[in-house]
Amino acid sequence: MKIGVLVNEGPYTHEASDSAYSFTKAAIEKGHEIYRVFFYHDGVNNSTRLTEPPRDDRHIVNRWSELAKAHNLDLVVCIAAAQRRGIMDENEAKRQGKDAHNLADGFRISGLGQLVEAGIQCDRLVTFGD
Amino acid sequence: MFTSSEDMDTDEGGIVKQFMFVNRKAPYGTIYALEGLEVVLISAAFEQDVSMAFIDDGVFELKKAQDTKELGQKNFSPTYRALEGYDIEKLYVEKESLEARGLTEDDLLVDVIVLDHAEMAAKMAEQDVLISF
Repeated sequence: MKIGVLVNEGPYTHEASDSAYSFTKAAIEKGHEIYRVFFYHDGVNNSTRLTEPPRDDRHIVNRWSELAKAHNLDLVVCIAAAQRRGIMDENEAKRQGKDAHNLADGFRISGLGQLVEAGIQCDRLVTFGD
Repeated sequence: MFTSSEDMDTDEGGIVKQFMFVNRKAPYGTIYALEGLEVVLISAAFEQDVSMAFIDDGVFELKKAQDTKELGQKNFSPTYRALEGYDIEKLYVEKESLEARGLTEDDLLVDVIVLDHAEMAAKMAEQDVLISF
């Protein structure tokens, strides 16, 4: 089955990103295709490489990056939601005249059209987060 | 106010799905209503069969005479009136949600279709894609 995943909450405060990660991993292991994981609302906060949890806690951001690398996943962060919350890739930081960028490896920033397109192309779009 | 997708490719090979955006939250207090509306507007570019449902506190999103001056936030409620221009005309509002909040259709700033709980559930069951905010 072709599956799209929508993550609407940030890391740690809510379990949504953990659940989305477990779901995505399990779906891949079962042989399903993950067409895209889209991060919206506070979900964009799952993509900052400046995240540094205590050593005995799981690293939610790195976990996504590693999963993306291992399975060539398309992790897309909504540009409008990201800009509101201070998530920038190098190009966007340059364009906005910012002195830093923080998008983690394996994520890309794009528009909301990518979410709608996933809804059209996938057999199922599965939402995580309230 | 609404930024459009930078790399929007709206040619989806003629696939038309029924998309329903479910609005459950009051317009202010959280960002879900505003960011949800941004998705709805983008979806209009993809020529899909789009509808919106308003349930629970989501019915407040359509309340007339919203005044956000004291909140220091933009009043985005006029955007609901513009939806018609995007061919998004199916706005379903749950009857029980209106009644529980002392609202009637006359309190709303756009024309809507009022459905009871069971009718709303049936309408949701018909959809291909449900995205809720």
